[in-house]
Amino acid sequence: MAATEVLDGPDVARAIQRIAHEVLEKNHGPEGLVILGIPTRGVPLAARLASAIGRIEPGWDQALGQLDVTMYRDDLSRAPTRAVERTALPPAGIEGATVVLVDDVLYSGRTIRAALDALADLGRPKAVRLAVLVDRGHRELPIRADYVGKNLPTALAERVRVLLAEPDGRDAVLIEGAFQ
Amino acid sequence: MKHLLSATDLTHDEAVRVLDVAEEMAATQSREIKKLPTLRGKTVVNLFFEDSTRTRISFETAAKRLSADVINFSPRGSSVSKGESLKDTVLTLGAMHTDAIVVRHPASGASARIAHSTWTGASVINAGDGTHQHPTQSLLDAMTIRRHLKAPGGPGADSPGKGGGAARVGQEVSGQDLSGLNVMIVGDVLHSRVARSGVDLFSTLGAQVTLVAPATLLPVGVETWSSRFFYDLDQALTEVPPDALMMLRVQRERMSGAGGGFFPSPQEYSREYGLDARRLAGLPPHAIVMHPGPMNRGLEITSEAADSARSVVVEQVANGVAVRMAVLYLTLTGAKE
Repeated sequence: MAATEVLDGPDVARAIQRIAHEVLEKNHGPEGLVILGIPTRGVPLAARLASAIGRIEPGWDQALGQLDVTMYRDDLSRAPTRAVERTALPPAGIEGATVVLVDDVLYSGRTIRAALDALADLGRPKAVRLAVLVDRGHRELPIRADYVGKNLPTALAERVRVLLAEPDGRDAVLIEGAFQ
Repeated sequence: MKHLLSATDLTHDEAVRVLDVAEEMAATQSREIKKLPTLRGKTVVNLFFEDSTRTRISFETAAKRLSADVINFSPRGSSVSKGESLKDTVLTLGAMHTDAIVVRHPASGASARIAHSTWTGASVINAGDGTHQHPTQSLLDAMTIRRHLKAPGGPGADSPGKGGGAARVGQEVSGQDLSGLNVMIVGDVLHSRVARSGVDLFSTLGAQVTLVAPATLLPVGVETWSSRFFYDLDQALTEVPPDALMMLRVQRERMSGAGGGFFPSPQEYSREYGLDARRLAGLPPHAIVMHPGPMNRGLEITSEAADSARSVVVEQVANGVAVRMAVLYLTLTGAKE
């Protein structure tokens, strides 16, 4: 199976840096921002985004957390049993905050649908935004991302793999084709 | 995992996984909104042929917190009192498309009989069968032990499991087993499914289990179990100081007469095998005291021990809901094979 590298390490770093600026621009500063990563690869991405924002706005408290959506998924009786990951919110919670959800790949939109439900059970944020490293299209729900690292038109048969240094040893985004 | 019938069903890694999921479930139970949509549309039947308060309520709470519909069935006031067989009762439930049946039955093996039958396609969870197994009880015991004795800092750390940070501490022990810990189980081992499940599960998780009981309350063949055993409690406490001490209930309903011929008198039992202030004071400083409930205060445990700071009896109940949520989640989700 042939794998094409569409983003390398420096590309990923630049994308996160740009998204950090976009988040601050749209929010008119770091006021009330809470960055939540969706396990598993959204969590290290969220941590990087939070520290990028922190470097631009040193006064920000870097409100960072993670949101597990497993128990809110709509495919629990279709897919193999999934491990339940941790949910951890920053101490101040999400009430009235502007939450930026962070995930690696936006595809069907079903994970984000589950994340919105999970978020609603935890509090009432002022606004919820979505940041993804890769948007590969093929949405099944009316959901879009506010901040995108790279728009990647793909075929349904192709597979997008995001590698991150924390779990995988290096940063890269790969497309693996089914048939060439 | 389709059924949970016995603690021996679980491998080391599976048992750790159940405990890890239970910790995440526990973390959701400190939220304002405790209900999760996970098992929406599923039906769980509590089929209890024996009296039980905490186990039934615990399973009911767990299922409801996961949004499943719960039907409680007890033989009194049902067709069972007219002589309906277990098979016909289960066939009836099967015809109503139940997804899980939580079974408590006075006969050992009843839940396995249902699980291995063609009467129903539902998942079967054993909530206690005769003197055989009670796997969710030993899972909640293991969860309680792990929280207290495997938290960062190890045994003797100043009880970080207490108070508001409990959920966080619980998550910090995730992935760990019970290796290196001494668990001592004292009392009516003969009639106890809690003891049998406990010996199996704690051993699987790497703990050393020690049983203490009068010879009349140890089953035939106990020497073939993975645990050690003593007849003398004070000798056991000296030779194998426990990290967790579990006092079993003296099951008078399974004995005839006052002591049923198993011991001379309740007074003598409590003197020889009860946890009193003196034995409590002699425990290692980090040791916790457990009891599966309901307690016979003054018989196997004094009020002083039951209400002491070392007692984690109430915590065991809270962890029971989390463990049962985890078991329901793991048995009821996942694609059908």
